[in-house]
Amino acid sequence: MSDDRPTAETADATGATVAEPDASAEPDPDHDDGATTTGTADRDELDPADASLVVEDLAKRFGGIDAVDGVSFSVERGTLTGLIGPNGAGKSTTFDLITGVHDPDGGRVTFEGRDVTGYRTAEIADEGLVRTFQIARELEEMTVLENLMLAPRGQSGEKLLNAVTPGLRGRVREEERELRERVWETLELFEIDHLAEEYAGNLSGGQRKLLELARALMVDPSMLLLDEPFAGVNPTLEEKLLDRIHELREGGLTFLLVEHDMNLIMEHCERVIVMHQGQVLAEGPPAEIRSNERVIDAYLGEDV
Amino acid sequence: MSESGGPPATGGTVVDRLGAKLREGDAGLIALVMAGIYVLFTIFAILGPSQGVGGVVAALQAVTFWTALYAMLVLALNLHWGYAGLFNIGVAGFMAVGVYTFAAITAPTGGSPPGLGLPLWVGVVGGMLMAAVAGAVVALPALRLRADYLAIVTVAFSEIVRLTLLSTTFQQFTLFANVSFLPNVPLGTGAGRGINIPINPTIPVKSLYYTNPSNPASGSRTALGDAVISAFGAVGIRETVVVSLTYTLVLIAFVAGFYWLLRRIGNSPFGRVLKAIREDELVANSLGKDTRLFKVKVFMVGCALMGLGGILWETQKGYTDPTATTFLPIQTFYIFIALMIGGAGSNTGSVLGGGLFASLLFLGPQYVSRIFSKYFVSGDAPSTIVGALGPLGAADPGPLFAYTLQNISALRFVLVGVVLILLMQFRPTGLLGHRKEVAASIDLLDRNERADPDAPRPATDGGRVGDRDPAPTERGDRDE
Repeated sequence: MSDDRPTAETADATGATVAEPDASAEPDPDHDDGATTTGTADRDELDPADASLVVEDLAKRFGGIDAVDGVSFSVERGTLTGLIGPNGAGKSTTFDLITGVHDPDGGRVTFEGRDVTGYRTAEIADEGLVRTFQIARELEEMTVLENLMLAPRGQSGEKLLNAVTPGLRGRVREEERELRERVWETLELFEIDHLAEEYAGNLSGGQRKLLELARALMVDPSMLLLDEPFAGVNPTLEEKLLDRIHELREGGLTFLLVEHDMNLIMEHCERVIVMHQGQVLAEGPPAEIRSNERVIDAYLGEDV
Repeated sequence: MSESGGPPATGGTVVDRLGAKLREGDAGLIALVMAGIYVLFTIFAILGPSQGVGGVVAALQAVTFWTALYAMLVLALNLHWGYAGLFNIGVAGFMAVGVYTFAAITAPTGGSPPGLGLPLWVGVVGGMLMAAVAGAVVALPALRLRADYLAIVTVAFSEIVRLTLLSTTFQQFTLFANVSFLPNVPLGTGAGRGINIPINPTIPVKSLYYTNPSNPASGSRTALGDAVISAFGAVGIRETVVVSLTYTLVLIAFVAGFYWLLRRIGNSPFGRVLKAIREDELVANSLGKDTRLFKVKVFMVGCALMGLGGILWETQKGYTDPTATTFLPIQTFYIFIALMIGGAGSNTGSVLGGGLFASLLFLGPQYVSRIFSKYFVSGDAPSTIVGALGPLGAADPGPLFAYTLQNISALRFVLVGVVLILLMQFRPTGLLGHRKEVAASIDLLDRNERADPDAPRPATDGGRVGDRDPAPTERGDRDE
């Protein structure tokens, strides 16, 4: 389960697509756009082999409200895809449905070719699909270090017997030493190493966002769902984080990003999905979204 | 350190680690608080009905005994509530399961009610296992729900256990009566009459001193018993106190065992997940931790420890019955209050909380009332509150005072309530609840340990490997 590392997964997946003739063109999104945008109204289909996450007809009702109403989209492996939409459009609920926090009333979620609909939250994270929360959920009375040490998958010390038995604990400690190095590197990368010993609950809003992103990365995921990761983060650091995200993306990690900063989305995302009233309004490259009449009517207004 | 040549003597490392522990303040802190409690109770014993040195030792034995019992159970509860945030208010029920399983396993086959007549250690292991199984049965449905439901289920469970034990239906029954291929096993709870526990954890202790430990009066003393008892007797310490004192030492060893186990559980990736469950279960899930598994595991371990604590507590009298205070819901709350005093989440705090509760709230009022009775009260106390309040009209508070002292155990509830209110108001985290006890098997701050190959590695296991000066005595000079 946890032993297949995401990098290996990605390598495998690309390996599979190499068999197809046009795999080398994969990083270039314009390639299939020309072929498909003319087809269905606002969505262009992605070759299933290139899709890391595929969501089909996802639906969820809360009381009388269709929070998510037949949402379908796919996220291409190794891309940074933006998910935008006005408040209440169903973006966070979609995240909740994908990650098993809520059970969908209908529809299907496929991650890396595996149907993960109805999986429990922990199982989905174990598959390598990790999310962060809109309102940062730090573990308040745990230190920043503990928060990060918690995240990595497949720690042998999570088995009670390994943690307690005198002979087996040595290996646990060895693992922890290796983890500690990674944790400190991550802390430095996110510039929160000076807060290492602090309780997470004492951090500022922006710092909590950083902590959450850092913690999610410690899981070593193959795809990250980020729910407004830059809210409250200062612009300089935001730039740095975006650079880092692009680096990771080039390394094969896939990102789905909910963000309200339109410039950021337009500038950094290869593809954008627009949600409105629980439905996908449009899906495509930023330039196309910017000029989409329906998107402008529903969301962008005169701002763009 | 490596250039000092040869491996450091094991004695040296142990001393180092003890020294580090003391500097960390935990062992020292417990010792300090206990010393304070001992001073207080020495004063109590001297001021109280005078019994000389024997009286003082008996008082100190009693306070240590109750401290040890509460410390064990508070530690077990700390694993549930302090670490994982599992709100178990059925501690008494899990103790009862442990005690009665122990009794059924060890009671003689011909007894009334009959048992299995198996040895002591089988009873202890069986009692712990059964308490763990009971924990699993309670936890499995409840842990899927919100935390408050676990509280409701556990408190209901503890009452179901107590009332079942009280019911005459199970006074005596035959296990496997309707299963043809299994032997019939007569068992029983003894209902309200209780159950005799002739084989109990005090027997090994008594066998040190007596040739017939189950009935000391009928046999004679062993050589060791003769020596020890007469030595203590010479300074006026009664024989029973000597035996209790020895049993108390056994209890202290168990407290140390509990503490060790909990520290290891807490300071590990497993303990880290427990903490995460306490803080925000959804986050733990989102990071790929299957929290249900962790919760069931930790709940079972805690229940097993509660069962063991119950056995060590309740069986030492040689019998038990369902009316024992040990099995009442109030016991659960006492243990909770002790945990709150010490600070949930801290093992050292748990031990301190156990000590402070046992001494100041549990035993203290009794000793104080004895002192007051000795010096200030003459004559008999009235038997009703009316009789106590009546003379107040004649400006005579004496009867009320005497009545209050006579009912000091009821006053304990008032005292407990007051302490609880003060605690919530002024120190909601308890004495040590604010402390950072980082959940990791290594020192997370000491990141250069590997990077620097010349860095000292004083301890290979257990104690924190830190950047502190590792050698307070033996190696201090070599550091220059």
